[in-house]
Amino acid sequence: MARIEIRNLRKDFGSFNAVKSSSFVIEDGEFFMLLGPSGCGKTTTLRMIAGLELPTSGEILIDGEEVSQRPASQRDIAFVFQMFALYPHMNVRRNIAYPLVSQGLPNAQVTAKVAEVARILGIEDILNRPVGGLSGGDRQRVALGRAIVRDPKAFLMDEPLGALDAEFRERMAEELRALHDRMGATTVYVTHDQLEAMQMGDKIVVMNHGVVEQFGVPQDIYDWPASLFVADFIGSPPMNVLRFDGAVSPGDGAVTLGDARFDIPALREGANGTLGLGVRPEHIRLDDAAPYRGVVEAVEYLGTTQIVTLDTPHGEIKARTPSDQPVQAGARTGIALDPRRLSLFDTATGRALRSAGNERVLAHG
Amino acid sequence: MSSYSVTAASPAQKWLAGTLVIAYALITIMPLLWIIATGFKSPSDAIAYPPKVTFEPTLEGYVNLFTTRTRVTPETLEQLGEPTTWYDRIVRQYDMVIAGPSRFGERFLNSVIIGFGSTFLSVFLGTLAAYAFSRFKVPLKDDLLFFVLSTRMMPPIAVAIPIFLMFRTLGLSDTHAGMILLYTAVNLSLAVWLLKGFIDEIPREYEEAALIDGYTRFQAFYKVVLPQAATGIASTAIFCLIFAWNEYAFAVLLTSGNAQTAPPFIPTIIGVGGQDWPAVAAGATIFLVPVMVFTILLRKHLLRGITFGAVRK
Repeated sequence: MARIEIRNLRKDFGSFNAVKSSSFVIEDGEFFMLLGPSGCGKTTTLRMIAGLELPTSGEILIDGEEVSQRPASQRDIAFVFQMFALYPHMNVRRNIAYPLVSQGLPNAQVTAKVAEVARILGIEDILNRPVGGLSGGDRQRVALGRAIVRDPKAFLMDEPLGALDAEFRERMAEELRALHDRMGATTVYVTHDQLEAMQMGDKIVVMNHGVVEQFGVPQDIYDWPASLFVADFIGSPPMNVLRFDGAVSPGDGAVTLGDARFDIPALREGANGTLGLGVRPEHIRLDDAAPYRGVVEAVEYLGTTQIVTLDTPHGEIKARTPSDQPVQAGARTGIALDPRRLSLFDTATGRALRSAGNERVLAHG
Repeated sequence: MSSYSVTAASPAQKWLAGTLVIAYALITIMPLLWIIATGFKSPSDAIAYPPKVTFEPTLEGYVNLFTTRTRVTPETLEQLGEPTTWYDRIVRQYDMVIAGPSRFGERFLNSVIIGFGSTFLSVFLGTLAAYAFSRFKVPLKDDLLFFVLSTRMMPPIAVAIPIFLMFRTLGLSDTHAGMILLYTAVNLSLAVWLLKGFIDEIPREYEEAALIDGYTRFQAFYKVVLPQAATGIASTAIFCLIFAWNEYAFAVLLTSGNAQTAPPFIPTIIGVGGQDWPAVAAGATIFLVPVMVFTILLRKHLLRGITFGAVRK
């Protein structure tokens, strides 16, 4: 298994710049998520790691070895495609055996390995079936089988659950994660689904427009987004951003929006202009005593919690509150924010200002 | 009456469709059946009026096709004694003896060599070119593809004279290599375009999976792409073979002896003494066989091939 390091990776397609100077490290045995909206460069990055695209510049190190210009066949990695790409003219057994055949392994060994992989994945009974008639889940397992059969240095997966229906996704996501935990294999997984990324990943890279927006463990990315993009992309509903004009300087522990004053984690840097106060929906409390007021516009009941849409002087925000707290649409209410969990953004650059809260997270982002 | 679904045909519609298909099939196959029948008629039956539908079959046409014969005097005939073979017996009825084999066998073999040779070359080169056009960044790709197609925009025979002169200068006139090259050149544009369409339909992921699995690009091409493109290759091969096999104008113009194919040869069987229609028909019948066999062998692929894109495999 392997540690993968990406240094200043860049990819241009003609005049289009798909990936701009990305750098991050995937530690040995990590389940690593490349997350972003479509067209953000995540798949291109994955394909460069695989060797299916050659980078315009930059380095890819697998176990310390620079491989960015090497053909895919010499990198010893496995790739699971979104559409599985099982060889349609071969049956399940031959599909799984194919990577071993290329290594010229003796037949007996190939048979033994295929049997072992089939047992791990629970597909022993379909080994002799053609791949054409398989269900989505079984295709997925065969694709995984073809990936794990030769113990590669790393698994690369391009939205492997994208082609499955919702019911099956859940189950395959669990199977995938369990498989990873058992094998301890370095896995790089591309997805546009932030829930999938948070649920399965040890670490996440969030990309947008070919740029790495943030890199870290799911909790850090969720709690302390490094940019407005991440704040908006991660979370459902996303982080609320209250926009206001003002100036802050290093050491400030509060901001003033209109008449209301909100305590925030002490700032480490200053800014002025249009600022954004970011708060997750679950860090908003409806408190009649609070001085900051808003009007309830709508309430969505979700079982244990409810999403309350509030109209405030600084825009519309959504709060997640316990559903046993009665809320009436049209009512005026006080809004309190959890002072330990607030982020402040400079909207001109889109970056989060460093503060006592996020400095640990942003240091390696 | 049972209820009908909106999309399924009613029995009456099915019956009508069946009748139309059978009628059309009969109309198209009629000339073919007539040629095959004529091959087994005697010369007098072949030109009988009104045309004979029932007749006593004979192999005279086939014997005449494969042999050259000389008329001899009755005295000589008597000296020869009883005919020893069935074909001798047929020939003797007309006071003739077999002088030797005709050139039909050679011409037929020429057709096989040139037809299959150029088909193989067209499909081989076409597959490589189509793969490159489909997968690689080729400079001026669209212009090149248009140029390839433009070679088919006028009837090939329009350039017959330049080709005739070119062949004479290069010493390619009346050679197998010349004819194979010519038919390949004509077929290649069709092959490239057809095959590019097929290869475009094959998802790149298959090759990429093979590259990841440790195969080189060329291995990925022939182990993964080629089997997937089998349908396209088969139907392209049929189209190329049908053209090369049936081509008449260039064959008449550019071949005379050594490399003459069957199409220009068959009309020459008509003969000098009388019009030997059964022999011509026999030649045409035998000439049909290889294309028919080839097409039947690849029929499954052909049907899929001509509807490609419309019917997902």
